[in-house]
Amino acid sequence: MNIKQKIKTLVIDKPLKLDCGQTISEFPLAYETYGSLNENKDNAILVFHALTGDQFVTGLNPITNKGGWWSFAVGPNKSIDTNKYFVICANVIGGCMGSFGPNHENPETKKIYGTDFPVITINDMVNAQVNLLDHFGIKKLFSVIGGSMGGMQVLQFVSNFPNKTKTAVPIACTSNHSAQNIAFNELGRQAITADHNWMDGKYTSKNTVPDKGLAVARMAAHITYLSKKSLQEKFGRKLQERDDLKFGFDADFQIESYLRYQGSVFVDRFDANSYLYITRAMDYFDLVKQFNGNLSNAFNNTKAKFFVISFTSDWLYPTQENKDIVIALNAIGADVGFVEIESDKGHDSFLLDVPDFLKVLKNFLDQSYTE
Amino acid sequence: MKTEYKIITDIIEENTRVLDVGCDDGTLIEFLKKNKNVDIRGIEISKEKVQICVAKGLTVIEGNAELDLKQFPNNSFDYVILGQTLQAFINPEIVIKELLRVGKKAIVTIPNFGHWKVRLNLLTKGTMPVTKTLPNNWYNTPNLHMCTIKDFVKFSKIIDFKIFKSLALINRNVSNINNSNLFFKNLFAELGIFLIEK
Repeated sequence: MNIKQKIKTLVIDKPLKLDCGQTISEFPLAYETYGSLNENKDNAILVFHALTGDQFVTGLNPITNKGGWWSFAVGPNKSIDTNKYFVICANVIGGCMGSFGPNHENPETKKIYGTDFPVITINDMVNAQVNLLDHFGIKKLFSVIGGSMGGMQVLQFVSNFPNKTKTAVPIACTSNHSAQNIAFNELGRQAITADHNWMDGKYTSKNTVPDKGLAVARMAAHITYLSKKSLQEKFGRKLQERDDLKFGFDADFQIESYLRYQGSVFVDRFDANSYLYITRAMDYFDLVKQFNGNLSNAFNNTKAKFFVISFTSDWLYPTQENKDIVIALNAIGADVGFVEIESDKGHDSFLLDVPDFLKVLKNFLDQSYTE
Repeated sequence: MKTEYKIITDIIEENTRVLDVGCDDGTLIEFLKKNKNVDIRGIEISKEKVQICVAKGLTVIEGNAELDLKQFPNNSFDYVILGQTLQAFINPEIVIKELLRVGKKAIVTIPNFGHWKVRLNLLTKGTMPVTKTLPNNWYNTPNLHMCTIKDFVKFSKIIDFKIFKSLALINRNVSNINNSNLFFKNLFAELGIFLIEK
């Protein structure tokens, strides 16, 4: 089976007007599903992935041959129980796992888009994905769930389509990027564009890959996903396969070796231009500004039941930013629950085996489903 | 304290919006939901308790009543309940004012420090009283500002709120408190239950 056969794709004929002004049509949206849709079609959950995720939420990712990115949370009898729910996840537009993105060919020029690809936003991403509901004949989802950038999509989805979901679970996210968030993303983008193999984004046609730059971008970002405590406990000042410092610039410390490894495996599965586009979409996301400075107005028309989850050691999207969403919802009397989960694992907590989180997510969903 | 829950439920009218401040494991919320058609949610400081509430399918936010009531607009609830926790706050005055800002009415229950057993305990033993409603020792009690039913009535005049209903719980029996019986109720009630308004 070649790659194309392993990726399910829905071609969206309906023209989509992007925030940048361009309109796209006849574009592919790659998706995967788990579990089965019941007769009433009321057990569907749309999961949104984060920056470097894809549609392969759980089980084996057929492209990377590794486990899905949310295997801890999604699967039979897990928090998002695929015996019970029909889970849909799409690769975001701008991504590189089959959905319309900068590594696609521009039909007009017959060349790979590269940086000629239109700048996309979180709003564009959810407007593309809502087409999946029509495709499956789903009038109303049971839930929309996502962490990090996935959480941003949850917020935007409910705002855009207030009646299309019964519940919404934004996890470890924010209603807009802080200066620090933008700064880290800019660091990653600069690392990519500073790689001479990036070639103004035209690296594919030149048969090269800006892998050094992309790896550095990943390394920097990876640090922001972890907490100081977890790094210290895992690595401390431990040396990498050596008894003493070598007085050079090899990876003396285990943390250096670990980051280099994280960078090197990332470049095998991710496209550098996609990284630029998706980080840009996150930076541009500002649901507060979109509603003239009042986040509550984003949710005025929804009856959805929200459950917001944050993590104590997440310094990328700290609890206060998650709480701001709760506050905005409470201000309009929306149905919202909130819990901050104790975890040392940093922003990545939502992807990892954090029992309190997995339990509370399962309980919220299962209880809401029977209501 | 089933009787306490029953009294609170009797006070609350149907089809109202209710907030339970310091809802603990959600027992009162569950009880209210079962017995009255109300839109009720809770705020609770303990992560563990919040998770228990979620497991029961209740809408609860983790938060500190002293800091997090701010987020609710004026009069966003018909009733705000504060069950036996007023004495645990650093500033009960601010909490009462916040309750009455967020809710049109508030239901406040207080363990009565004026109960005869408490008084006798201190008088005879000379140590800080430990009773059924006040089970902790002085060094590990969360209570900072113990008060009596009489104190609370006085408090209403000092910080200017109206008491619409004051009930005393004595051995699971409910009775009204009024000016003429205040001395006795303050001596015999384990718990005071007050419906208050700005």
